[in-house]
Amino acid sequence: MDRLLNVMTVLSLVLMVAVLFSVRRSHIRVEYSVSWLGAGLILLGLSRSPGALYWIAGKLGLADPPLALLILVFCVFLVVIYRLSVVISDLKDANIAMAQRVAILEFQLQSLNEKR
Amino acid sequence: MRKASQPKQLMILVPAFNEEGAIAGVIREVNQVMPQVPVLVVDDCSSDDTVHRARAAGGDVLQLPHHLGLGGCVQAGYKLAHELGYEFVIRVDGDGQHDPKYIPALLDMLQKTGCQMVIGSRFYQNNGAHTSTVRAIGIWVFRMVLRPILGKPVHDPTSGFVGVNKETLLVFTRSFPLEYPEIEALVVLQRKRFRFEEVPVQMRKRKTGRSTITAVKSLYYIIHVLLGVFVNILKFEGRRRKKSPEGKK
Repeated sequence: MDRLLNVMTVLSLVLMVAVLFSVRRSHIRVEYSVSWLGAGLILLGLSRSPGALYWIAGKLGLADPPLALLILVFCVFLVVIYRLSVVISDLKDANIAMAQRVAILEFQLQSLNEKR
Repeated sequence: MRKASQPKQLMILVPAFNEEGAIAGVIREVNQVMPQVPVLVVDDCSSDDTVHRARAAGGDVLQLPHHLGLGGCVQAGYKLAHELGYEFVIRVDGDGQHDPKYIPALLDMLQKTGCQMVIGSRFYQNNGAHTSTVRAIGIWVFRMVLRPILGKPVHDPTSGFVGVNKETLLVFTRSFPLEYPEIEALVVLQRKRFRFEEVPVQMRKRKTGRSTITAVKSLYYIIHVLLGVFVNILKFEGRRRKKSPEGKK
């Protein structure tokens, strides 16, 4: 249990540092780094609070607290991935609308040039 | 001067992706049947000679900057037609499967009945059409699913040979399915309480290339379309109104 929690602590710190470096290098925009930093903080908090894990495992009816940790990790990343899916869908819609607009404007421009 | 840039009553919309072998023939056939009607080819970023052949055959070409898929391609054409003030748009596929000799019948149905959409149907009034077994099963499934949703039977829900009027153009500029749009588009119109009619047509074998719906993709196609149909039924319109209407599925 302790080893697993220590590993989780290291992984959450690595995640947060990696995200911060990516933001610094403009690989991730600040608004999208919030989800990952939030996920990292939650994991860090859980990995440093065995008491909380035992309490959550008890509430979930799980005999094994590490299993509760894995379920929570899964849920946290599920939320992050869901949020990213929403962002990607919005971007795709915007991208399609923009491509169509560019094509229509180009068509209109050529029509105007031909009229001259 | 481009024909399509002048406001007229009818525009023929031809979505095309790598159709260099068939596109010129399609445009010439349309011009023979409807000599004064502009033909707008919407090129979905073809990598072959589709654009040049379409222009050489007398078509106007709306060139998309990158590949959007059939729905995005057709919607771009609808948007342009709407902006130019066209009353009716009839879509004819660029692979030569749709025989332009039926265009007057589709237009006639739109004008006489006042319906918002007309479908060129292979299976309406038993006109002897045949399709592959897999596709026939898919079409049967879609008919069964759509019957209660639309409140009336639709014989050929996968047909891309469709005509729409100005009201439908406005709806489709705001909301048009991106992949496999034909069936979902019917549900989009049903939500607006629009009417559709069917006109019997006979379709030909594609002149070149292969269908985008292969046997392997058929199952994915059925699941995707069914999901799209139910999503369209459940879609919350309020959220879309708050956002820009452009390009939202």
